[in-house]
Amino acid sequence: MTAVSDAPRSWIKPPLIKRGWLRWSLGLGVVIYLALALGSMDVNWTRVWEGLPRGARFFAAFFPPDFTGRWHDISDGMLESLYMTVASTVIGIAISIPVGLGAAKNMAPRFVYYFCRAILALSRSFQEIILAIFFVKLFGFGPFAGVVTLSFATIGFYGKLLAEDIEDTDPLPLEAVRATGAGWLQWINYGVQPQVMPRMIGLALYRLDINFRESAVVGIVGAGGIGATLDTAFNRYEFDSAAAILLIIIAIVMLVEYSSSYVRRWVQ
Amino acid sequence: MLQIRGLTKRYRTGDLALKSIDLDLPDGQVMALIGPSGAGKSTVIRCINRLVEPTGGTVVLNGANVTSLGSRDLRRARRRMGMIFQEYALVERLSVMENVLSGRLGYIGFWQSFMRKFPQSDIDQAFQLLARVGLDHMADKRADELSGGQRQRVGICRALIQNPELLLVDEPTASLDPKTSRQIMRLIKELCGERKLSAIINIHDVMLAQLFAERIVGLQLGQIVYDGPPTGLSAAVLTRIYGEEDWSATIRKVTEDIDEAATPLTRSVVPPDTRQPRHDRDRLAGLT
Repeated sequence: MTAVSDAPRSWIKPPLIKRGWLRWSLGLGVVIYLALALGSMDVNWTRVWEGLPRGARFFAAFFPPDFTGRWHDISDGMLESLYMTVASTVIGIAISIPVGLGAAKNMAPRFVYYFCRAILALSRSFQEIILAIFFVKLFGFGPFAGVVTLSFATIGFYGKLLAEDIEDTDPLPLEAVRATGAGWLQWINYGVQPQVMPRMIGLALYRLDINFRESAVVGIVGAGGIGATLDTAFNRYEFDSAAAILLIIIAIVMLVEYSSSYVRRWVQ
Repeated sequence: MLQIRGLTKRYRTGDLALKSIDLDLPDGQVMALIGPSGAGKSTVIRCINRLVEPTGGTVVLNGANVTSLGSRDLRRARRRMGMIFQEYALVERLSVMENVLSGRLGYIGFWQSFMRKFPQSDIDQAFQLLARVGLDHMADKRADELSGGQRQRVGICRALIQNPELLLVDEPTASLDPKTSRQIMRLIKELCGERKLSAIINIHDVMLAQLFAERIVGLQLGQIVYDGPPTGLSAAVLTRIYGEEDWSATIRKVTEDIDEAATPLTRSVVPPDTRQPRHDRDRLAGLT
C-alpha cells in the first residue's frame, strides 16, 4: 500500500481535447472563419435605415384589419385549409404507421428496415414548399396538390418519430407477449401499441397544428387553401384583408395549441 | 415430460453460452436452476420456448420437438409453456385484466383480441386466477398502479391462463423484497402442485431454491455441474457452482429456514371446496 500524502494536491478538469496545439489552433480557426464570414456579408446600413419607414407604412396599412370586405373569399379559403389539414393528417398518419413499424430496428428485418428508412429520408429531405411546387406541376392548381404535399410531409415526420418511439419501447413486455404464443399483429396490438400510444396521440395533434400552418404556406405556390387567398390579398395590395387572414390563422393555431396540450395531459 | 438433448447456444458475438446441455424434467417436478450470473440460466429457458434460437440440440415437450417447428406450430407450442419474468414484464399501460387475458392470445384470432372480445370461459378463468392470487378487485386497475409483488402475481396469472404444461420462470424474485420473494415462490410452488405443473425456476438465491424446489440443477459456464436434491448442496457443491467462498452462513441458515417454512406449507393442504377463513385465503394469495 502506498502512503497517502497529506500535502494538498492540485486538480483541474481534464480538457476535452488533450493535445494543446490542436486545441488552440481549432479555436483560432473558428474565430478567423467567423470574422471572414461576417466580413463577407455586405450590409448596407443606409438601405436598412431607409427601409424602416417603408416597413412602418406597410404595417400601418394592416390596420384596421378588414374582415368583412372579402369575407366570402376568406371563409372559403379557411374552410378549404381546414379540410386539407384534417385530410392530410389522417392520410399521412395512416400511411406512416406501417412505414414507421418497418423503420423500427427491433420490428423489421434488415431489408424492410432500410427500405422504410429510405422512404422517411426521402420525405424529410424536401421542404413543404418544394414538394408543393412539384405536386402542383403534377396535379395542377388546387387543394388536391396541397393534400398530397402535406400527407407526404406528414409521413416523414410522424413515421420517423413513431419508429424511434418503437425502438425505445421496453423489450421485456414484448418478449412476454411473444412467449404467450401471440401472432405478429396481436404482438403489435398488445405489446407495442400501449407503449407508444400516448406519445403518438400527442404527436398527431402536433402534426395537425403543423399541417394547418403549412396549408397556409403551400397555398402561396398554388396548392389551395387560405394561402391562396392570402397571396391574392397581397397581390391586390389589400393589406387590411391580409391582416384579417393572418389574425384568423393565429387564432386557429392558438386554439389547436391549447386543446392539444389539454388532450396530451388527458392521455398521459 | 420435457427432454433436452445436447442443447447448445452460441451467440453471434461468438460466446458459447450453453455447452451441450442434457436435462429431463418429469411431469409435476419443480426444478430450480441456480448458478452465477452469465452461467446461461436465462438462455436455457429462452431456448426452450425459442425466444432465443438454440444453435444445436433438441427440446422435446411431451413428444413434440419444439426446436424443429415452423412459426405457426411454434406459436402453438408456446401456448403450452407459461413464462414468468424477472421484472414482471407486464404491459404497464394495459389493465390488469388485459395483461392476464394476453395469456390467451395464442388461442384466439387477431380481430377478437383487437376488439377485446375474449370468450366468456377465458374471462371466467381470468377472474378465478385473479381471485386465487387475491387480486380480483384490481381487474380494471392499470398494471403500473400495482406494487412489485402484486405485479408478479399478475404475471403468474398471465402464465397460468395459458393452461400450460410447463412453467418457465426467470428470476421471479430478483426485484422483490425478501418477504415478498418467499410469498411469490410459495405461490408458484403451490400452484404447480395444484395443477400438476412442472416448472424450471431460474433463481440466484440459493436459500429460496432449497426451500421451494424438489430438485436443484447447478449451471456453471454453460454446463451442468450439479443435479440433485436440495439437501445435497454442500459447501463443496456450491464452490463447484459459484467458486471459492465461505458457504457456512448460507448452509446453516437454510436448515433454520426450512424448519420455519415447513409449518405454513403443510397447513396449506386444505380441501379446495371447504370455506377457508379469511386469513387463510389471504395467506394462500400471498398477502400475509
